[in-house]
Amino acid sequence: MSDFPHTPPRYSATFTPAINAEIRRAAASGIYDIRGAGTKRHLPHFDDLLFLGASISRYPLEGYREKCATDVWLGTRHAKKPIHLDIPVTIAGMSFGALSGPAKEALGRGASAAGTSTTTGDGGMTEEERGHSKTLVYQYLPSRYGMNPDDLRRADAIEIVVGQGAKPGGGGMLLGQKISDRVAMMRNLPKGIDQRSACRHPDWTGPDDLEIKIMEIREITDWEKPIYVKVGGARPYYDTALAVKAGADVVVLDGMQGGTAATQDVFIEHVGMPILACIPQAVKALQDLGMHRKVQLIVSGGIRTGADVAKALALGADAVAIGTAALIALGDNDPALEAEYQKLGTTADAYDDWHEGKDPAGITTQDPELYKRFDPVLGGRRLKNYLKVMTLEAQTIARACGKNHLHNLEPEDLVALNVEAAAMAGVPIAGTNWIPGRGGY
Amino acid sequence: MQTFDLAARGLRELNQTLHAVKGTTNQTAWEIINTKGSHAIAVGVDAPLDITVHGTTGYYCAGMNKQATIRIKGHAGPGVAENMMSGAVIVDGNASQYAGATGRGGLLVIKGNASSRCGVSMKGIDIVVHGNIGHMSAFMAQSGSLVVLGDAGDALGDSLYEARLFVRGKVKSLGSDCIEKEMRPEHLELLEDLLRRGEATGKARPEEFRRYGSARQLYNFNIDNASAY
Repeated sequence: MSDFPHTPPRYSATFTPAINAEIRRAAASGIYDIRGAGTKRHLPHFDDLLFLGASISRYPLEGYREKCATDVWLGTRHAKKPIHLDIPVTIAGMSFGALSGPAKEALGRGASAAGTSTTTGDGGMTEEERGHSKTLVYQYLPSRYGMNPDDLRRADAIEIVVGQGAKPGGGGMLLGQKISDRVAMMRNLPKGIDQRSACRHPDWTGPDDLEIKIMEIREITDWEKPIYVKVGGARPYYDTALAVKAGADVVVLDGMQGGTAATQDVFIEHVGMPILACIPQAVKALQDLGMHRKVQLIVSGGIRTGADVAKALALGADAVAIGTAALIALGDNDPALEAEYQKLGTTADAYDDWHEGKDPAGITTQDPELYKRFDPVLGGRRLKNYLKVMTLEAQTIARACGKNHLHNLEPEDLVALNVEAAAMAGVPIAGTNWIPGRGGY
Repeated sequence: MQTFDLAARGLRELNQTLHAVKGTTNQTAWEIINTKGSHAIAVGVDAPLDITVHGTTGYYCAGMNKQATIRIKGHAGPGVAENMMSGAVIVDGNASQYAGATGRGGLLVIKGNASSRCGVSMKGIDIVVHGNIGHMSAFMAQSGSLVVLGDAGDALGDSLYEARLFVRGKVKSLGSDCIEKEMRPEHLELLEDLLRRGEATGKARPEEFRRYGSARQLYNFNIDNASAY
């Protein structure tokens, strides 16, 4: 033995312990990893942007005194009854099936108390959410589980889902363990089987068909309801332009940070674009068509704070949607439940096996023993509080930038901290006039 | 009989007029003329009306129908009677792709041929096709019955759930997890009723059909079935 010291152990940056663990898991199980939530990788995000605030050339508004409005109209292009929301933060589509009935009720309660909308999901409209949602958006999905004209008519808006950020181009699978009698009945399928949600609509393909499909839904609902088209963050310029061409009132654009109830990890982590890269392209499409602010843009995927809301709106969105953040506000992944997360082989703030139906918080489950733990009244109150805080935060920033409405925020208010975020957001790197890809050295 | 001239009065007025008719009216008989292949004719009707559409229709005629009986005296475009809830839709001619897609109830009768994806994702509707059907028909079909007096194209019943398929002629190929099943007396009884309601009595006898259904091997994911996807 030499007396020289050994080279200390060095982990590979390519074959990290996490990668190796996944190789071993795949080798042992023979199946890819399925999980819930959105991407967990580091991505250029709103954290890489800063507001400049007021200065000699910009006047700020007085906090707590001068009005900074937050309301938004959605569906003003064609609908006889457009939607008016008090705040530009909406609740994204999440299915009954993926979520428990009480969790859907809590989303309706919280959203309504905060003056915003909630959205159904793949599995139809439940009485819990219709009854507790002042403004309810009804999703029209490829699976058409639970779809019927009565619910179309009692919705406040209709969202045709083409894709979602966690898996643009992918369908879904609600695994058998979450298929209770009620979920099975709503989906016209036997209990306990895996329920696949198709990735393509069964009766239209392409933008020309979509235009006819939108017309059909308008005819069924007598042109009253705003019709949204939701797309995942894949080709936002063209998808937005085609949705507008097809007649959408609102485009919903979901970046890859957006969550899912259950999808392959490889899909979540490797398909789609971060929302920061998507918004400017969608806004450009709207501007090129002369439809910015006429067709509204709702963006989602990784919205957590009022700062994120303000930045999304400054880039040109009309509103945002939250999903994962809303679940956390309800109580998902709470460290107070750490002992139970440990039993499931995970830890609070990392729990993502939503598809297994064992959620100790009683939110992503159909197990009555688990979901009765969840108090929808308390959950609704927590969500309302969170939505109010986000709104106040966004107003604080907007006032500092001299804006009397959140929609008056603009890209000129923003700078980026790094090249990637600057290029994606189309704003200069802080302290320079340089927007990568647009010249201006 | 109320006559609605679609070319003169327009689609929006047609559908709003039909939606405004309540179930208690005596004016249950309607005919629609000058259709000229328009899309979304008589969609979202929710009353026990008897509607005759004279001429060829575009996409989604009779979409989401409830209660009404809608007879198309011509050919139907894609997605005829899509997501029908109840009532009946009868096409005297041929139907394009996705006929009866996601239908949850009621009866769709196609006197001619139906194109591809007939009965895709059907969820309780009964469909009777007097002629042939195209490829990928009854894809992911969940429940209800599809009766075909002629032949079926490729990949019939791919990824089928609990829908019942009856074909009298040749089936070019079966899709994943779709198999031929024994025709038992209760199926013959069901078929007889469907043929009667589908205006096909005398055209075919139940004994001439074969029954197809799900092998139920893909109901719960199993890595050993990966080659089937």
